[in-house]
Amino acid sequence: MSKARLMQGNEACAEGALAAGVKFYAGYPITPSTEIAEIMAEKLPLIGGTFIQMEDEIGSMAAIIGASLTGAKALTATSGPGFSLKQENLGFAIATEVPCVLVNVQRAGPSTGLPTSPAQADVMQARWGTHGDHPIIALCPSSVQECYELTVKAFNFAEEFRQPVIMLMDEVVGHLREKVVLPESVEIVGRKKPSVSPDEYIPYENNESRIPAMANFGDGYRYHVTGLTHGENGLPTGKPAVAEKYLERLMRKLDPYLDRIQRYEEILLEDAELIVVAYGGPARSALEAVHAARSEGLNVGFFRPITIWPFPQDALERYADRRFLVPEMNSGQLVGEIERVVGRRQVERFNRIDGELITPDQILTRIQEVMIHV
Amino acid sequence: MAKQQFIFSGTGGQGLILAAIMLADAAVLAGQNVVQSQSYGPEARGGASKAEVIISDEAINYPKVQKPDLVLSISQEAYKKYGLSLDEEVVLIVDDTYVPETKPRSRNFYSLPLTKVTRTEFGSEQSANVVALGAVAAISRQLSLEQVREAVRQRAPKGTADRNLKALELGWQLGIGALKRAKA
Repeated sequence: MSKARLMQGNEACAEGALAAGVKFYAGYPITPSTEIAEIMAEKLPLIGGTFIQMEDEIGSMAAIIGASLTGAKALTATSGPGFSLKQENLGFAIATEVPCVLVNVQRAGPSTGLPTSPAQADVMQARWGTHGDHPIIALCPSSVQECYELTVKAFNFAEEFRQPVIMLMDEVVGHLREKVVLPESVEIVGRKKPSVSPDEYIPYENNESRIPAMANFGDGYRYHVTGLTHGENGLPTGKPAVAEKYLERLMRKLDPYLDRIQRYEEILLEDAELIVVAYGGPARSALEAVHAARSEGLNVGFFRPITIWPFPQDALERYADRRFLVPEMNSGQLVGEIERVVGRRQVERFNRIDGELITPDQILTRIQEVMIHV
Repeated sequence: MAKQQFIFSGTGGQGLILAAIMLADAAVLAGQNVVQSQSYGPEARGGASKAEVIISDEAINYPKVQKPDLVLSISQEAYKKYGLSLDEEVVLIVDDTYVPETKPRSRNFYSLPLTKVTRTEFGSEQSANVVALGAVAAISRQLSLEQVREAVRQRAPKGTADRNLKALELGWQLGIGALKRAKA
């Protein structure tokens, strides 16, 4: 382990990307994510990487897809308004299975919203922001240390599964400075390269792993990349059987790996009558409230999805006989997933949408309301 | 150490966030857990600015200050918002140039010439934030001068370390002097 040091969440995210081997960043600065671009601009040129400040958010997303196709680990960072603009090209990257990491440091919306204030406004946009059925991975850190660790993980998932991965941060953790102890080295996963000659290469092969090998542009493997529904050879197709086969593999490509992808934290659940489900920055308020409730003799537990998408439903379903409270800094987004898994009647909400972090007292009061004054 | 919560409040551009970062750095050097956060408007200068630091030897969950142990105010507006109605247990430090009107308190109150000594020493108000940091660190008595000195050395913008170390020293002396007068 390295020495303890003070680090900001956005800085930890950038350092995590560097540790994971990022070589290309394209972006357009936007509060509260700008520090990530600043650090990339300073550090990437020093390691032979490339930083480009693009003309806009749309071009930024396009640029990282192009860079990734040449074999570079690629990153962009934004906030809600830019995340909206990136959705079309995010869909392209998902359809063409191009690994990349997209950081969204959420702020309050809709539209320009409250630029310097925290929110968790883009939970559903991260899942369904781009059109059409599609798989997605979104990771949600609650601490500066986790910003670092999850960004490394995001790159590893992106590369291993040929899948765009969203780091769904919020202003609370993005701008928080906190003591961190970074590991001396991290585990790094690269994308699977073709083991056959260019003549035999099938770019979107339906193999057992569900993840086709990926050749770098420029390595002599000639293939076609298109957002049109395509067959195993990468060329557009209108044939129903081929289209169905492609989409089925795409939609199920993460299924064999869910055990590794779906991460979550469980605290004091064994005897918990009420489970507080919280994520991101506000999970810190929730955990403090849970400890305060325990000291008042209330049997309350804490469940924190770290992987928001795909939602860790099997893990939560084990507690389907309990009651739930879901505090969120939006009008109620992830709560729909908890209701879907355990049933609507068992789930209470707490929502704050004024641009201020939910306080432990607010959650504690809600816990008391739910448990004592039924 | 027991949990210590600090609020630095003033106007955007005064460097309060940087001063708070330096305090947090010093706490890390002292082996403590620490979180530092801020809130500010979209303006680069002007507008209310607030920086917070929490230091504790235990894990820190909720990262915002709930009950401060020390408040620093470097604008009249910030004083009204964060300083005026404080419990007298809480240490309040204000700058006597930018917070001319204060309500009398019986204890834990320090109106210090932070801006004045900065102007006298350096001919401008730059580094007044580090003078304030020195006073805060001395009065709070949670960190050693050497720990804060090292933090300033690490975090000062390029080419300004010497000036800022001098500023820290000035602030520290102001703080020590104020503590002595308070005891007398």
